[in-house]
Amino acid sequence: MSTIEMSTIEVHQLSKSYRVYQKKEGLREAIRGLFHREFRTVEAVRGISLRVEAGEFVAFLGPNGAGKTTTLKLLSGVISPTSGHASVMGYIPWQRKLEYRRRFALVMGQKNQLWWDLPAQESFRLHQQIYAIRKEDFDRNLGELTEMLEVCSLLGRPVRELSLGERMKMELIAALLHSPEVLFLDEPTIGLDVIAQRTIQQFLKRYQEERNTTILLTSHYMKDVAALCRRVVVIAKGTIQYDGSLTGIVDEFSSSKLITLVLGESRNADGLERFGELVQVDLPRVTLKCGKQQVSQILAAILNQYPVEDIAVEDPPLEEVIAQLFHRVSAGEP
Amino acid sequence: MNPITWTEFVRTRWMITKTALAERLAYRGDFALGTLMRFLPVVTQIFLWWAIFQSLDPSDPNQARLAGYSFRDMVAYYLLTMVGRAFSSMPGLSSSIAVKVRDGEIKRFLVQPIDLLTFLFWSRVAHKLAYYAIAILPFALVFFLCRDFFHRGMPDAATFACFVASLILSFVLGFYLEACIGLISFWMLEISSLLFVYMLLQFFLSGHMFPLDLLPQPFQQLVGYLPIKYLAYFPAAVYLGKIQGQALAIDMAMLVGWTAFFFFLSRWIFSRGVKRYSGFGG
Repeated sequence: MSTIEMSTIEVHQLSKSYRVYQKKEGLREAIRGLFHREFRTVEAVRGISLRVEAGEFVAFLGPNGAGKTTTLKLLSGVISPTSGHASVMGYIPWQRKLEYRRRFALVMGQKNQLWWDLPAQESFRLHQQIYAIRKEDFDRNLGELTEMLEVCSLLGRPVRELSLGERMKMELIAALLHSPEVLFLDEPTIGLDVIAQRTIQQFLKRYQEERNTTILLTSHYMKDVAALCRRVVVIAKGTIQYDGSLTGIVDEFSSSKLITLVLGESRNADGLERFGELVQVDLPRVTLKCGKQQVSQILAAILNQYPVEDIAVEDPPLEEVIAQLFHRVSAGEP
Repeated sequence: MNPITWTEFVRTRWMITKTALAERLAYRGDFALGTLMRFLPVVTQIFLWWAIFQSLDPSDPNQARLAGYSFRDMVAYYLLTMVGRAFSSMPGLSSSIAVKVRDGEIKRFLVQPIDLLTFLFWSRVAHKLAYYAIAILPFALVFFLCRDFFHRGMPDAATFACFVASLILSFVLGFYLEACIGLISFWMLEISSLLFVYMLLQFFLSGHMFPLDLLPQPFQQLVGYLPIKYLAYFPAAVYLGKIQGQALAIDMAMLVGWTAFFFFLSRWIFSRGVKRYSGFGG
């Protein structure tokens, strides 16, 4: 059977471009615009291809406007593509079949699924009916989810009185009550404080491990990604720049290493700049950046010429590598 | 997936109604005040019509006639249009659809297995039920105080049944008509001016301002073909016995026809709108 070979999510050469009305400054231009409208085509997603297997937890990483959210919208059927093909669990998302809608969930923003003036509990009951969730399943899921997210006591409070973090938790519960097989999360921790961020990360991690749900998450918080996903898809300018493990990004995109030295006796860093860029000098600690290939040569030379008490060779921080990668893409370099 | 059974179909709608009702009650204070305020114009309207009839026949205003309406008929008519509008008016419906489209809240109805129009319809049923629960007392009081204006007494059972049916249908018609206007927001970012024009037309052409029999020909005939008259004029005219026999049957059929028309039109606009929305990037 062909379904066996099929991945849970398959995306092939998917593109989405749309026209936006080009608005010019000034009244004169505004009047001109009444008669003659100029449009600009924005290519939000440009021919991406991707396969995600059941139970994978994949992060879409990219700067604002990279096409992350557009991709999620395409996969959840909110928008239809300009060209290309995608299937999720065998459904074409933008056909918006009811069967498909019952089997996945999308969390986008924080004021989407809950009734603002009612306790979350009431929104959940409506979800139970809309998604036709059996009572036993509903009670069990709700119990588990509220316990994991520590919001049992908040179920009876009007949503408008909840904090941002609490509301996000309720959004997640609403999205998970029907046990979706595929979950799309758009910036689930945006705007939250560190503690709420961590609770949600831990929750997602645990939930995913227990239920083996296929999750696609977009974020520009490295910490989300590092905590949750083994697989990272870096998107910039609508194309996939990288698809692999998080640590692989460094191997692939960073050509430098950081050498941190703790100098002994003389504590003199003079002349170290010959070996590479001095990133930080805080005597006796000195950090310098050098090319990956020269590390062993440079280390030998330094050890030969300087009194060194301690030494560490590290990869540059992931954030930095990704920031550079984004920068390079937006500058139009290959 | 299981086929959706009839009971599930009903239960989903009941659940939407129940939830929306609970939400309405969250604003009970503002809601009750707003409801009571709507009764204030009754007094000014009575004085206004009295002044008009006085000018028609200063010696005996009660004998004066305006397009077949006596002063008492006119006040009775006005009170009955209030009842009609309690069913057919849809405050905030179009604009809430526009907001949903503009702010992207509409996404929820593309992603979740629930239809926007079904959801809004049953939410609106809840709004109306909450409204009647609060308005029934002031309505009863007003009708009690104004009982003398209904000098013709209750209509016969068949007419009364038509009156009730016309009220319920006017609710459905009013809902789908305004939903259609709201759904235009898929094409226009701002529909408030459009809505304003519609409201203005509705005020005059639904018979809310005055009985449509007062209109000169050929306008009266023209307005008679429009769906808007069913929102206020028609139920009141049925109650007062202005439309009878075959004419009543034809009008009832027209009302059903218009309701069905706007039901299907709203769904068609919605599907076209969603197509456009999803094509344009959401």
